[in-house]
Amino acid sequence: MKMDIELKGITKRFGSVIANDQINLQIKAGEVLGLLGENGAGKSTLMNILSGLYAPDEGKLLIDGIEVNFRGPGDSISAGIGMVHQHFMLVPIFSVAENVVLGVEPVKTADYLDLSKARTLVNKISSEYGLSVPPDAIIEDLPVGIQQKVEIIKVLFREANVIIFDEPTAVLTPSEVEDFFSIVRALKASGKAIVFITHKLHEIKEIADRVTVLRHGRITGEGNPKRLTKEKLAEMMVGRQVSFTVNKIKSKIGHPILKLDNVELYTKDNERVLKNINFSINAGEIVGVAGIQGNGQTELIEVITGLRKNYAGEMFLGELDITKANARQRHIAGMAHIPEDRHKFGMVENFSITENIIINNYYENSISNFITINWKKARSIAELLCEEFDVRTPSVELNGKSLSGGNQQKMVVARELGRKPRIVIAAQPTRGVDVGSIEYIHSRLVQSRDDGNGVLLVSSELDEIISLSDRILVMYDGSIVAEFDNTDAKPKRNQIGLAMAGSTEEIYNDH
Amino acid sequence: MITKSTFRKTAADLLMLQQGAYRDAIVLPIIAIATALLIGALIMTATGVDIDTIGRSFSALGYGAFGSINAISETFTAAIPLILAGLGIGLGFRAGLFNIGAEGQIIIGGLLAVIFSFTFSDLPTIVLVTFTLIVGSLAGAAYAGIAGVLRAVTGAHEVILTIMLNLISYRILDYALRQPFIQKDGRSDPISKSVPGNGQLPKLLDWIDPNLRLHVGVFLMLGAVILLWWLIKKSKMGFAIRTNGENSHAALYAGMNPKMVIIGSMAIAGGLAGLAGAVQISGVLERASPGFSAGIGFDAIAVALLGRSHPIGILFAGILFGGLEAGGRQMQIDAGVSIDLISIIQALVVVFIAAPLIIRTITPWAFSKNKRTS
Repeated sequence: MKMDIELKGITKRFGSVIANDQINLQIKAGEVLGLLGENGAGKSTLMNILSGLYAPDEGKLLIDGIEVNFRGPGDSISAGIGMVHQHFMLVPIFSVAENVVLGVEPVKTADYLDLSKARTLVNKISSEYGLSVPPDAIIEDLPVGIQQKVEIIKVLFREANVIIFDEPTAVLTPSEVEDFFSIVRALKASGKAIVFITHKLHEIKEIADRVTVLRHGRITGEGNPKRLTKEKLAEMMVGRQVSFTVNKIKSKIGHPILKLDNVELYTKDNERVLKNINFSINAGEIVGVAGIQGNGQTELIEVITGLRKNYAGEMFLGELDITKANARQRHIAGMAHIPEDRHKFGMVENFSITENIIINNYYENSISNFITINWKKARSIAELLCEEFDVRTPSVELNGKSLSGGNQQKMVVARELGRKPRIVIAAQPTRGVDVGSIEYIHSRLVQSRDDGNGVLLVSSELDEIISLSDRILVMYDGSIVAEFDNTDAKPKRNQIGLAMAGSTEEIYNDH
Repeated sequence: MITKSTFRKTAADLLMLQQGAYRDAIVLPIIAIATALLIGALIMTATGVDIDTIGRSFSALGYGAFGSINAISETFTAAIPLILAGLGIGLGFRAGLFNIGAEGQIIIGGLLAVIFSFTFSDLPTIVLVTFTLIVGSLAGAAYAGIAGVLRAVTGAHEVILTIMLNLISYRILDYALRQPFIQKDGRSDPISKSVPGNGQLPKLLDWIDPNLRLHVGVFLMLGAVILLWWLIKKSKMGFAIRTNGENSHAALYAGMNPKMVIIGSMAIAGGLAGLAGAVQISGVLERASPGFSAGIGFDAIAVALLGRSHPIGILFAGILFGGLEAGGRQMQIDAGVSIDLISIIQALVVVFIAAPLIIRTITPWAFSKNKRTS
């Protein structure tokens, strides 16, 4: 079954905000359509309209030339549209087969679940597209790449002819990405229409047959990605020219600022999640930690910033032994922490910008006396920092959640870097942030390094690690498995990629 | 000249509201109350009460709550413990804690207060009253502190802990009231010795009519409202409490100590509930008997919810609930309508506050301009 979809003049408003403005889009069988745009450009709204979650305020949705009206996700699914979400919708304790048939379970008599039939179906779809997923494996035991394949089987099982992938590569290793792309090619060859949502330009160039670029809810560019340069695509996406290189001078390496000595961490179940971690970060250097999410980076950051107490080993900030210091003591000693998830850890959405700015130093004498906070003082500090760090807001009294993602992150960066720390722990500092803010945050991190401080950068975006770091550490399964010098002889992407996948042979370069 | 917008801004600032939250904080409760009264009328109609009687009962409700000096005295007398305990529960909400234990904290606070009062009856009035209230407050704080420490150290859920502590407090009260040194001399039923005359909270309006029960506890209550407002809005501790309540992860990452916040806010909440118990004992009841807490600790949860955990909101919500209490008694006398109806109306108000979508759906025009603009 081949199926084409056409969107004509789709407009969707939320209050006074126009999320989609007169969008025209064609999704054709046997083709990969790349949908490019920054966070908040309206990609998700558009796809939610396609999947029946939102009804458009204006415009038409045509399937094979016939107008349709979706009243809910059920209509969209039965029309043959399948969506693979960025965050998988799987039940972790169920098997692959159980997850695939969830909601449309084959039954024997009455209500007796026919699992063997489910298993057969999984195997059939799996072999058809070369997915090789074991039907009886439990989801939570499977790596993320395989879980994604389960999601794909799920939509194929529901006989989707149009498959929408929302940022599918965000959680994959470089080799898993290659694997994923070959699946997409197989789906395309069998006549499926594919929509591929991303903000990564090189992926669009590699896999998409056509690309549509969205900005502020409008289409700002369309064309054949093979013929468009990366610079041109970025310009369509951001609305101005973007520099891809981070300007930085050669670093002047100084004394070690942060030193980890044989750090190990065990979970409650006595599982070792950090193994024998030894490294130091010197003054004037950005050390990047590359690795696929979930290989101990989060735990490493928690140990370094004092959020995890019972770890083995020692830690020094300059000459100071901070092994037993808590988060606040480390902060006072000169450590800044840009947390990996600003909504969860970095800020309080319902607090004003002022409150968010002083959240970790409100007790200091400059802001507080013995018991009360001087809010006037706090406000003026917040105003100064917002000014210095380009946080765009009409007032520091507005809620943190009123800011855009980029401004929220700049607010967190302002709070952390504003006090001139000696060591900056930056975890995913540009996740979910617009290109302009990414450039700005990168420049502030480089500036912090040029001022003679140390920076630890943990990121799952390999490009970010490579463009910013002076030295790259690769984490795999709780260990540092490789170290690369990134100043003169740049390591190759695939060398780092291999290390991220756990292959340590032949690539360890002596530093 | 004060324009409408500057008034709103000042009001919003005083009430610690973010811009736009005005309707949610003020319009919503008013419509919720009106709707609850309306449904109360429908219930009366359904049970065969004629329109005339319904009219009389609502006018009795209003008159009994605010229609005379006696009504106002009764309203505020009932409101004092509700507001004191409600402030503590509201503070718990701010810290992200659901403290169901005010009832037990009132019982323990009141019990210790009465014991202290009759034991040290020789002390001069001012000293005896002051220390009675302090003892009641500390007892409540310690009792709530048990739940706070267990929550902070073991992670056990405070709802379960405080419910269990409530049950334990009932048995402690029953047991204590039968102890010879507590039980009133010559009585076989469980009732405590009385608070001596010099241990009673002075009455405020007895110069008008000796039957007017309003006592100086009302100033204590107003002081507590201001203190809690200051604590939440201005103090370092209040900031830590609010941060913990809004986003406990962010509080941890900011180097705050969530365990101390939990224990501290539970202890303050218990102190206020214990104070409510002591005030009730030395201002109104003058002795402890089984069930003397009369569900105040549970009504206070509703007051805290209705007041949206805001000290000034809790003040008004407490006065409203006190008024319903006093007016309900009048309603029963004048129109013969059961006081249970008042409980139903109170419960409905809480339902509408807890599920604001109901109110938004039935009165969309009241909220239409309140679209989020972000």
